[in-house]
Amino acid sequence: MIIIAVVSGVIFGAGLAISGMLDPSKVSGFLDLFGVWDPSLAFVMGGGVIVNGIGFLLIKNRAKPLFATDFKLPTSKVIDKPLLIGSALFGIGWGISGLCPGPAVASAFLNPADGIGFMVFMMAGLVLGRVIKRRMA
Amino acid sequence: MTIDFDHFTPLMSLVGGIMIGAAALILMACSGRVMGISGILSGLTQKHQNRSEIPWRLAFVVGTILGPFLVMMVTGQGIEIRPSAHGPLLMLGGLIVGLGTAIGSGCTSGHGICGLARFSTRSLAAVMMFMATAIITVALIRHVL
Repeated sequence: MIIIAVVSGVIFGAGLAISGMLDPSKVSGFLDLFGVWDPSLAFVMGGGVIVNGIGFLLIKNRAKPLFATDFKLPTSKVIDKPLLIGSALFGIGWGISGLCPGPAVASAFLNPADGIGFMVFMMAGLVLGRVIKRRMA
Repeated sequence: MTIDFDHFTPLMSLVGGIMIGAAALILMACSGRVMGISGILSGLTQKHQNRSEIPWRLAFVVGTILGPFLVMMVTGQGIEIRPSAHGPLLMLGGLIVGLGTAIGSGCTSGHGICGLARFSTRSLAAVMMFMATAIITVALIRHVL
C-alpha cells in the first residue's frame, strides 16, 4: 500500500505540475470569469473526472481493492450545513490564494518563501476546522 | 467575457488532468482509498486516527512533493509559479482553505476529481459552492477592490 501511495502521489504531483494547477496566477485566470478568462483548468477537471469516472465504473462492483482488504468510501448522502458552509469558505480561500490543498503540498518546496507559510496556516485551519465541524453536528 | 488565448493551454491541462484522474484511480483500485488531499492531510494531524492509515498518507504526500521535481528533471524546464498573493493575505488564504476543506469534508481533489466521478450529489453541491465563491472572490479582488 505504501508503494501504491507513492506512485499515485508522484503521478498526482506531476499531473498538477503539467496541468498548470501549481501556478496561482493561472488559477486566478481560470476563476476570473468576469475578466480575461483562461479556461485551461476546466480541462484538468474534465480529464480527471472522465478517466476516474470510467475507471470507477469498472472497479465499483469488485468485492475489494487489489492490495487492501476494503474500499473506504464516504457514506454520508446528506447535503448539510457543514458541507455548504465549508465549501463556500474553501472557495473564498482558493480565490484569495490561487492554491488548493494538492497544489499547496506539491509546490511547498518549489516556492518555499510563499509555500511553507501557506502550508502551516492551512494545516492549522484543518485542525481548527475539525473542531468547528464537530460543534456544528 | 474575453478569452485569454495567450495563456490558454488546453492540451497540457488535459494531459495533467488525465494524470490526476489516473492517480486517483490507482489509489482507489489498488488501495481502496479516496484521493482527497485535504482528508489525507487532516488524517495526518489526528491523534485518535487509526495508526495503520498513517503510512500510506505520508507516502502519498511524499510522492506529491516529488512529482513536480520529476517533471522538471524530465523536461529540463522549471515550473511556472506566479503567486497571486503574498504575506498575511496568503496566510489568511491558507487558513480559510484549511478551515473550509475540514468543515466541508473535501477539496478540489476529493469532491472534484473523486466525488464527481462517483456521481456523489454531496460532492456536486460542494463543487458548485466552492466554484461560485471562488469566482466571486476573484471578481471582487480583481475588478471591485
